[in-house]
Amino acid sequence: MTSTPTISVSNTQGKPITPILDVDSLRKVYNQGAANENLAIDSVTFSVNKGEFLCIVGPSGCGKTTLLRTISGLAKPTVGTVQFEGTTLTRVPDGLGVVFQDYARSLYPWMTNLQNVSLPLKARGMKKAERLRRTHEVLDSVGLSKVANQYPWQLSGGMQQRVAIARALSYKPDLLLMDEPFASVDAQTRFDLEDLILKVRAEYGVTVVLVTHDIDEAVYLSDRIVVLSKGPSHVREVVPVELGEREQLATRSSDGFLTLRNHLLELVMPR
Amino acid sequence: MRDLASVETQRTGAPLSGVIASEIDIAEGAEYAGATSTGSQPGGSPKRRKRTARKALMTVVLAIGLPIILLVVWWILSANSHSPYFPPLSKILDQFWKLWIIGPAKAQLVPSLSHLAIGYVGGSLIGIISGVLLWRLPAVRRATSPVVYFLYVLPAPALLPALIAIFGIGEMRQIALIAFGAIWPTLLNTLDGMRGVDQVKFDSAKAMRLSPVRTVWSVVLPGASPQIAAGLRAGLQVSIILMVISEMVASTGGIGYFILQSQANLALVAMWTGILMLAIIGTVLNYLFVGVEHRVLAWFYGSRALEGR
Ligand SMILES: Nc1ncnc2c1ncn2[C@@H]1O[C@H](COP(=O)(O)OP(=O)(O)OP(=O)(O)O)[C@@H](O)[C@H]1O
Ligand SMILES: [Mg+2]
Repeated sequence: MTSTPTISVSNTQGKPITPILDVDSLRKVYNQGAANENLAIDSVTFSVNKGEFLCIVGPSGCGKTTLLRTISGLAKPTVGTVQFEGTTLTRVPDGLGVVFQDYARSLYPWMTNLQNVSLPLKARGMKKAERLRRTHEVLDSVGLSKVANQYPWQLSGGMQQRVAIARALSYKPDLLLMDEPFASVDAQTRFDLEDLILKVRAEYGVTVVLVTHDIDEAVYLSDRIVVLSKGPSHVREVVPVELGEREQLATRSSDGFLTLRNHLLELVMPR
Repeated sequence: MRDLASVETQRTGAPLSGVIASEIDIAEGAEYAGATSTGSQPGGSPKRRKRTARKALMTVVLAIGLPIILLVVWWILSANSHSPYFPPLSKILDQFWKLWIIGPAKAQLVPSLSHLAIGYVGGSLIGIISGVLLWRLPAVRRATSPVVYFLYVLPAPALLPALIAIFGIGEMRQIALIAFGAIWPTLLNTLDGMRGVDQVKFDSAKAMRLSPVRTVWSVVLPGASPQIAAGLRAGLQVSIILMVISEMVASTGGIGYFILQSQANLALVAMWTGILMLAIIGTVLNYLFVGVEHRVLAWFYGSRALEGR
């Protein structure tokens, strides 16, 4: 274990890539020592490079939400470390945005969409005029400028999750963590949201880590996929994805996509 | 630790005693009537809207109609009454006009209502603030839990002699009693409401890096507000009852004093006008409360109405 915070590797152009997030032998035990002790994550190691779109796939209940809460600084690892931009996490860092699995639970129903999105800006002491400008800007990039003054519960599920995405993006984080963000919307909305997240990722230049149990979604979205085993999870394999420009129909029917998909299916459902 | 706060504090405002229960029922009717006046949710189909409108009309008719029917029945049944204890309603209303509208009795309203206002607002504030503090300090909460529960179940009027000993027979004693009654339902409901706020809402707050104070102000209090409102409403009922009681014991003014004096002087018609006045005050305050509640908690009733879509 060295104390050097950054591990430099080289990409094909020879430029050093600094991991924005570095997860090292993370282990999470709930209620340690108690009768209901529960090992949720056995040992997980991976790192996320700046600018990359990384998906973490794993079967239901394998500890994805636990992993995301731990790597975001919301929960402490039992063993192992999580480093964000070179420093070990003790709480959620400033440059990190989180989108939770269930928008109905994460958004604040007593606030309008505008108030929801501008809340983190308020917490950062941004002046009102600037805050309003930024809020409208980010609501605009998720296509919700028309419903700024409505409440989240007045919107469809897909729109609510877009409010949650706007809220996490409003303060321009370096890293966006998302926990199965599209799990509870219908297929069409899901495709739209997938393309939306690719669009805002390019627009904001944000690094994204997205947790999902949907292999197709992972292949469609990511540059790299971390495949988790059944719980208590460990990393089965890290799969690079090189599919170029994405387009729902063309990408999903391309040979590259199908090959990767089959490979991942075999990893997740070993015979 | 579901010890102290989980005591009969539901959003529906579990009645604290039989007496209060009947008054809550009155307000419940108003609640539904009010719900639709603020319920301007988009997305409801016209058919649905029509149905809810008809239902709302029914509740309004019931809420207004039933009291009118009762008054008419009272009027008819008491019209030929010669019993001094049950004077005809016509006589009571006539006296009511003379005493409370143009007459001297309306001066009694000033001490009653001002004590009620100060005591109720003060007690409610103490209840909410201590609720927040106890929520923040679980160790203190555990330690004080038996005491709080003990004070909650203690019938407040039993404290009157003690309060007289402490504050004398002045206004302070009356205000203190009213405040005392308002504290507990508010405190327990605040605490329970805050503990019911979803963990994911706290995770969101941490992820957005809200400060502890902002978390309380923007997340915990609003999240608990439907239940705080239930506590405030229960507190209002208790406060009104305690207002009357405090005026009936060792007091020199107020509606309760007026009722007791009239009875002692065998002015039974006047006594009935005082009771009528109390009923009116109780009803008006209840409707006011519900009106304000539905304005402030419009998000809550709106989202709840859409849930059942
Ligand atoms: N707060 C907690 N206390 C104790 N055990 C927990 C807690 N949260 C999760 N667990 C347990 O940890 C394991 C992993 O749960 P987790 O929610 O992280 O899985 P998941 O992969 O996100 O599941 P899903 O696919 O349903 O979202 C489960 O066995 C769960 O019961
Ligand atoms: Mg999960």
